[in-house]
Amino acid sequence: MSFLSFFVSRLAKALVVVLGVVILNFFLIRMAPGDPATVLAGEAGAGDEVFVQQLREQFGLDRPLPVQLGHYLWGVAKMDLGYSYRNRLPVLDLILDRLPATFLLMGSAFVFSIVAGVALGVLAARTRYENRRRWLDSVLVSGAMLLYATPLFWLSLMAIILFSVVLGWLPAFGMESIGANLAGIDRVLDIGRHMVLPTLSLGSFFMAIYVRLTRASMLEVMGMDFIKTARAKGVPARRVIRVHVLRNALLPVITFAGIQLGQMAGGAVLTETVFAWPGIGRLMFDALLQRDYQLLLGIFVMTSALVVVFNLLTDIVYRLVDPRIAASQGAPA
Amino acid sequence: MQSAARRALRTLRHGYGFALAAFIAAAMALPAPAQAQTRGGTLSLIAQPEPPVLVSAINSLAPTQYVAGKMYQGLLTYGADFKPQPELAQSWTISPDGLTYTFQLASGVKWHDGKPFTAADAAFSIGTMLPEVHVRTRAVLNKYMASVRAVGDHQLEIKLKEPFPPFIMMFETGTMPMMPRHLYEGRDYHKNPANQQPVGTGPFMFKEWKKGAYIKLVRNPGYWKKGLPYLDELVFHVIPDSASRAVAFERGDVQVLRGGDVDNVDVKRLRTIPGVDYTTRGWELFSPLAYIMLNQRKPPFDNLKVRQAVMHALNRQLIVDNIFFGQGKPATGPFASATRFYDRDTPVFEFNLKKARALIKESGVEVGRYPVKILASSYGANWDRLNEYLRQMLEGLGLKASIESSDAGGWAARVGNWDFDISSSYTYQYGDPALGVERLYRSNHIVKGSPFVNVQGYSNPKADALWQRGGATLDPAERQRVYSELQKLLTQEVANVYLMELEFPTLSRANVKNLVTTAIGLNESFDKVYIDKK
Repeated sequence: MSFLSFFVSRLAKALVVVLGVVILNFFLIRMAPGDPATVLAGEAGAGDEVFVQQLREQFGLDRPLPVQLGHYLWGVAKMDLGYSYRNRLPVLDLILDRLPATFLLMGSAFVFSIVAGVALGVLAARTRYENRRRWLDSVLVSGAMLLYATPLFWLSLMAIILFSVVLGWLPAFGMESIGANLAGIDRVLDIGRHMVLPTLSLGSFFMAIYVRLTRASMLEVMGMDFIKTARAKGVPARRVIRVHVLRNALLPVITFAGIQLGQMAGGAVLTETVFAWPGIGRLMFDALLQRDYQLLLGIFVMTSALVVVFNLLTDIVYRLVDPRIAASQGAPA
Repeated sequence: MQSAARRALRTLRHGYGFALAAFIAAAMALPAPAQAQTRGGTLSLIAQPEPPVLVSAINSLAPTQYVAGKMYQGLLTYGADFKPQPELAQSWTISPDGLTYTFQLASGVKWHDGKPFTAADAAFSIGTMLPEVHVRTRAVLNKYMASVRAVGDHQLEIKLKEPFPPFIMMFETGTMPMMPRHLYEGRDYHKNPANQQPVGTGPFMFKEWKKGAYIKLVRNPGYWKKGLPYLDELVFHVIPDSASRAVAFERGDVQVLRGGDVDNVDVKRLRTIPGVDYTTRGWELFSPLAYIMLNQRKPPFDNLKVRQAVMHALNRQLIVDNIFFGQGKPATGPFASATRFYDRDTPVFEFNLKKARALIKESGVEVGRYPVKILASSYGANWDRLNEYLRQMLEGLGLKASIESSDAGGWAARVGNWDFDISSSYTYQYGDPALGVERLYRSNHIVKGSPFVNVQGYSNPKADALWQRGGATLDPAERQRVYSELQKLLTQEVANVYLMELEFPTLSRANVKNLVTTAIGLNESFDKVYIDKK
């Protein structure tokens, strides 16, 4: 199967998945009690029934559900994600406004977790395999276990207390200093400083997984015959590790990386809440609490599309790392 | 109505600037300190939760009013004693029959876009826009207002259909903000682009709103009160997590915490930091009162004796001290003690479990046959603890009680549709019983769909008649008599289980001055707030 037809068929499937996500979520959200009108009335501390009814008409909530769904899907087909009456702004604007911050945080957490996780995993596997400094292996494994088991929000708060309150090294919240009017390199450094704690908090859980994953996978490959052959041929140890072992051991890591990109949106809600990071996770959470249907669905469309794209990318990376995997088989992910 | 001294002070301020004003303020022993106000600086605050829009006319959420109050102004504001004070209206009269209100508006007032503010704007706001969009105010305007018209550029005349004395309490910025006619008239109020770029008459102008991060307001150079405001900038930070907000205050990243910004347990800790001021003033107009609603439509709470038993079974002092960390005091009845016409002489239900059990026995209701569910409100940890305490006490009376959790949307929908047995809530009182309390008890407010009316289903023709008389009588002595009788009646009949008057603390860095000066507290315009740079 050619790469192009592989790509097209995956894309078609992806569209069906996104459509399914939207329809499923559409009905799921409606099953929760309360609608935007009651939430608005509730927040205002008053509101007569006439007014709530007016709001419903305004939101289009008085129409039958299938009509609302059809209306919505037709809008999405035209790239119109609807209007958030609560925020008085088009949904697409709200999402696009927040997406860069999330991408920045997710991207840095992703890179951090993979780079640090794989590096430490390799280190652990080597010390164990070569039977030198085995205590380091134990430290790394149990450290990873601890990180894996620690709740994200607790870790975040402890990091704030240590680095922000006690030591005063890093800012406690936000994405950049307000009112400093920084530009160019100063602004980049400022944002970088703000990113350290949220990146560590969001990335450390996944880093822990990569450490264990890389280590286990490395040890498995290291016991195989072709490695023994390579070593017997006198290939230097570093080269064996890099070319022969790591390349083969990376497959499960890539599989998981694809999953991680999808999962991080969930972790981002917590991280963005604790660090007041102006991203999409927080927007989603607020939209849910406020029953802002259009906004919530818009975010679902956007995030499910992203997950689909990430999966596609994973498949492509798979092929690049190990060409033996034929595209027609699909990715094991 | 405006005192001569205040008028003189205002004239002087206009004429000679703030230094002299400060001198006079000191001489008159106002709360302002003796040193001159320092100009400039940025004040950092918290908007929690992040407001959906910054226009208080179309959104009544507390943080919306908090932020919008710096940009939009009302005709009046109110002292802690509820006496009206001039804001955009310099003076006002009410006709003896209580039907005609005439306001003399300040001259030289300009909108942030430079257009003059006139009586036509006020007439448009009160007569056209607010009756349609303001979720709380519209009810009163649509019911009582006969007409509103501009008499020239600076005079406004409002006529009522029938006397409604509390009407004069409704002109603060959160209740009746003045809206620019030239931006809203004849256009869709809700999709109006002006909602994203608020234009008001207040001391601060909208500058920037980075959604999810901060809202920035800057000094209005053309502000109509000469020499004001003192501050250059206000920044409202959006910090979704309560613990992170406490940290931000502790680090000095924000200088002001409003009630509800941090958990009560953190308040206790933060107020002990050196250089931190603490006050509970500035909530007089709202005077939040917490209560428990018992659904009186079905057993066991349709029985008065059972409801009275619940009153006796709750130790309200314990609730205040241990569940709300001492921030409040037990309520005596449906009115908060800061509200007008409050009467402390109401039937007392002391904490007495023996008496409570005796009342249950007397009632003849087999309470165990009717399992009740406590619908948790989503106000936070204190309220969860309250529900747990409540469950324990109810079980002590032989009821079968369990707790159901819900989020804000679910809670509002279920309470509004009477789909609950017990739930707790609190209400703002707005200074006058006819504005803030009546809706919770009158039978014509038993309307499905709204969570903050008479959802418990209390209905008593005698009480209805009293409410009618209290809201329409001009004579304050007669009103007092009527409302005293009502307070006794509602408490005796346990129309709701009255818990406590909530105290919402304001924490601030001590160099921030003039923060709380009126009954609307932090919703005020902040035009005289300054940061003392010592």
